Amino acid sequence: MLLDIKNIDVLYDDFQVIWDVSINVNKGEMVALLGPNGSGKSTILNTVSNLVHHKNGSIHFNNTLISDVPTHKRTELGISHVLERRRVFPHLTVMQNLSLGAWHPKAKEQLSNSLSKIYKIFPKLEVRSNQLARTMSGGEQQMLAIARGMMGLPKLLMVDEPFLGLSPMVMKDLIKIFKNIVSEGISILFVEQNVRLALSMADRGYVLESGRLVIDGKSNDLIDNKKVTKVFLGN
Amino acid sequence: MTSEIILQAIVTGLMMGLIYALIAAGLSLIFGLMEIVNFAHGEHLMLSMFSSFWLWSLFGLDPIFSIPITILLMAFCGVITHYFLIRYILKAKMLIQICATFGLSIFIRSIAQLLWTPDFRNVDKPLLEGRLEIGSVFIGQPQLVASLVCLVAFIGLYLFVTKTETGLALQATAQDRHAAEILGIPSNKMFAIGWAIGLGCVGVAGGMMANYFFIFTDVGINFALFAFVAVALGGFGSIIGCLYAGIIIGLVESLGGLLIDPSFKLLYVFAIYLLVVIYRPQGLFGRY
Repeated sequence: MLLDIKNIDVLYDDFQVIWDVSINVNKGEMVALLGPNGSGKSTILNTVSNLVHHKNGSIHFNNTLISDVPTHKRTELGISHVLERRRVFPHLTVMQNLSLGAWHPKAKEQLSNSLSKIYKIFPKLEVRSNQLARTMSGGEQQMLAIARGMMGLPKLLMVDEPFLGLSPMVMKDLIKIFKNIVSEGISILFVEQNVRLALSMADRGYVLESGRLVIDGKSNDLIDNKKVTKVFLGN
Repeated sequence: MTSEIILQAIVTGLMMGLIYALIAAGLSLIFGLMEIVNFAHGEHLMLSMFSSFWLWSLFGLDPIFSIPITILLMAFCGVITHYFLIRYILKAKMLIQICATFGLSIFIRSIAQLLWTPDFRNVDKPLLEGRLEIGSVFIGQPQLVASLVCLVAFIGLYLFVTKTETGLALQATAQDRHAAEILGIPSNKMFAIGWAIGLGCVGVAGGMMANYFFIFTDVGINFALFAFVAVALGGFGSIIGCLYAGIIIGLVESLGGLLIDPSFKLLYVFAIYLLVVIYRPQGLFGRY
């Protein structure tokens, strides 16, 4: 098991947003984290990155407890997190954004290697390598954000709402790219509100409602599950 | 009024402007990085002038030679400021942040008065003395060297921030702290580096000015005010903006003094500040 989240609670000040949630991701697996707005999906990714601290429970990565590892040391362990709304550095070029993605020594060593690999997956980024990130379209920025995450040589890539605001064409490209990444043995944990889309690509899914895990299982079992429909559509 | 006098005022203004630019760049770097205004910037300038003075007075080291020591001392002072004060107020409300650095300025100035009295001091017979005469224009040697050193330091700062890996990481942290952190860039370390460089800039300016300026505990106040004007004029967070703004301020100060009335020198500078705030609040090169 690559990522093993066990029974965590998360509180913002004294307001509890995550209740006793357990999630795991295996090597080379694509896992979707589903749920309506405000159900705590992003909070879980932020907890794995330690942008938010959890109470109780534990988070293991590669069989080591990482609950107390500070955010900036987690990329080195193999966790890359693509934040919601892309969050590229707007006033830096595409190339500069990418090279900052390879910050830890191991990734730095592989910089030119990773770059040529990234440019093969995202040919547009090579064309635009000297352009400021803020001048690119939303879809291109999303590609850049994912590419930047890949530069850290992750074992686990966490992506928050990757399809938000993308055109169907770009979405299709991105789905293909995700499948490519997984086929290389990298695991993906992503947050998505579109259940059908998410379950059509993921191996497994977890459904959250108001910070609690409602149901989880293989995508095929979830896709027509009544409980899942209930979470999203109500009774 | 002859063209020679105007030329003289332009040269004097330019030389002063380069010094303002470097002081402002330090302020701008710190602000751009963590959105904290260092209201103790003038006191840090005062400290660097005193550093230069004491190194001369106690060890007989000429300000020209003690510059590296002053820079290092000020960089160290920056790290300490971050470690013991700023780090605790990063997430605090803006008013608290203002009170913290403003309080620091009063604290430093009071301690300085306690230790060193409010007397005016100056470095006697420094190596750089006298003036050059080029055509009809007189250029004070220490002033000329100070402004050139500040210009070199400014260029160095600019290249560091835009071309080096650490500089890029500083920019990334300034633009999106969490996104940078998530890539593995430790923001606390970047903040400490930012403070070290910001006060290092002040160290260069103060150390060079110790050659020809009176050194006293309130010396930094006007310089800090000018630095605020320069940062606002150049655009918050823009380092290159500080260069243009510093030069503009230097020129306005000296030309205004010459053409209108020298006793209102400060007035002209602050009039520009008001105009900028009203008509172009983002400054000349600002992003905000």
